[in-house]
Amino acid sequence: MLNDLFSPEELAEAWEIIRTGFPLALWQTIYVTVLATAFSIVLGLPLGVLLVAGEPDGVRPLPRWLMTTVNWVINVLRSVPFLILMILLIPLTRAIVGTSVGTVASIVPLVAAAFPFVARLAESSLREVNPSVVEAAQSMGASPLQIICKVMIPESIPSLLSNATIAATTILGYSAMSGIIGGGGLGKMAIDYGYYRYRYLVMILAVLLLVVLVQLIQTLGSRLAARADKRN
Amino acid sequence: MIELRNLTKTFPGPNGGVQALKDVSLTIDDGDIYGIIGMSGAGKSTLVRCINLLERPTQGTVLLDGQDLSTLSQKDLRQTRRKIAMIFQGFHLLQQRTCLKNVCFPLELAGVSRVAARQRAGELLELVGLPDKAGAYPSQLSGGQQQRVAIARALATDPKVLLCDEATSALDPNTTHAILGLIRQINRQTGITVVVITHQMSVVEEICNRVAILDNGVVAETGEVSRLFSRPSSPAARRLVFPQGADEVLAPCPGEDRLRVVFHGARTTRTPLIAKMAMELNLPANILSASTRPIGEKVYGSLLLGVPQGRAREAIAYLQNVPDVLAEEVTGHAE
Repeated sequence: MLNDLFSPEELAEAWEIIRTGFPLALWQTIYVTVLATAFSIVLGLPLGVLLVAGEPDGVRPLPRWLMTTVNWVINVLRSVPFLILMILLIPLTRAIVGTSVGTVASIVPLVAAAFPFVARLAESSLREVNPSVVEAAQSMGASPLQIICKVMIPESIPSLLSNATIAATTILGYSAMSGIIGGGGLGKMAIDYGYYRYRYLVMILAVLLLVVLVQLIQTLGSRLAARADKRN
Repeated sequence: MIELRNLTKTFPGPNGGVQALKDVSLTIDDGDIYGIIGMSGAGKSTLVRCINLLERPTQGTVLLDGQDLSTLSQKDLRQTRRKIAMIFQGFHLLQQRTCLKNVCFPLELAGVSRVAARQRAGELLELVGLPDKAGAYPSQLSGGQQQRVAIARALATDPKVLLCDEATSALDPNTTHAILGLIRQINRQTGITVVVITHQMSVVEEICNRVAILDNGVVAETGEVSRLFSRPSSPAARRLVFPQGADEVLAPCPGEDRLRVVFHGARTTRTPLIAKMAMELNLPANILSASTRPIGEKVYGSLLLGVPQGRAREAIAYLQNVPDVLAEEVTGHAE
């Protein structure tokens, strides 16, 4: 079998697929990951702020029923497997994007799956802020909004950056799965050629590229977080 | 003027909760350096947090210049808080901001323009002796330097009151001395009212003019610091002035009179005072316990002397002649 895998014809064919297909797939993966991460943060960060600030002893306590509902919705969204969520959200995707297949369409379920996760990550980052520093700001007459924008978020920037990195790598992994419903990218290449057409070389290379991407994101994110931290 | 009237604070919990403050009433005059001293758990921190309503008292009122703070709207309360600055044991600087931007912070909150805020922050860093640390981050500074930045930050909005919550408790004695000196200097220059929360008698001795002793949520005693040191009347005050119960643990000894000598900033570091008295009066004084410490050239604290029966008055007369030394006879047991 190994002989088959590395026969000259196989190699030539695999190279042809990689040469023609990979640049676009790589671009699609990056593009989907970046957009889905950005949208997830846009939705998830305010939600994370709400989870921390809205607590009974937070800076802007919110009604109990509201907090309970938000927590419940986040937990439900996080417990639905991504594969099922993609299928369940087809009507929503169609309403937003106009179609439920394709690369752009895969961003909708990705964001839906990732923003509750981002909200929890943001929540844990914001909780790391020393409550005494928040109290000091209150003693200076800071309003709840000022505390959120000038104390809680800026003080937890290093942790938020680390967690954004975790979110981005997780979303990259999910985006590979969206190949199943027609989302493009390296994941689709791996599934289409490796799983459906037994082109193992192509599959292995696609996976290797995903590994490299994760490494890159993680290294970059860790560096940014370390540089942003003024505590040491 | 700060008036606290019948403050009670109960924290909810099992068995009716914890009553941190019980009917506390205090008046703090403008320009005072007012000490509030007590053991851990006496309710000091709760009390100081009631002054700017970080903690809402369960009962009672807080008046700042006659204005009842609890009647203010959230917005007006925030305005008023700019007049009541606070510094803390843990400094509580923003770790991700430079010192200059930390001092700018309360000005930003108040809507002062960037340029004006930076200008003012620069002046304040100069005032606290750290003009060269403007661009440094708090983690690059020592504890004393961080507290200086916190003081500069507290002064940014020209407050009328400075609350110090155990502000020197995390600092070594020399740094404590320097920070207290800075606070006193600012008090003299600006007339700011200072409220000093502490568990250390030495802090009260060094800068306060008036003091309240808080014991188990109750004000045990208030008054001039010098009066309290010479004649502490409540058990709580005696415990603080004479640590380890200096005059309480010793069993009375027949044939011996006892007297307590209180040093309230006496310049006696270069005088062998007790030895001199013993020689000049030919009086064999027995030092039973001593708890004194020199701060600069001055001595603070107290000691307990045993002298032969009948000669206490002589010794008292001798010691009273020394400025800032008080002596009185004690009866062996605390009343």
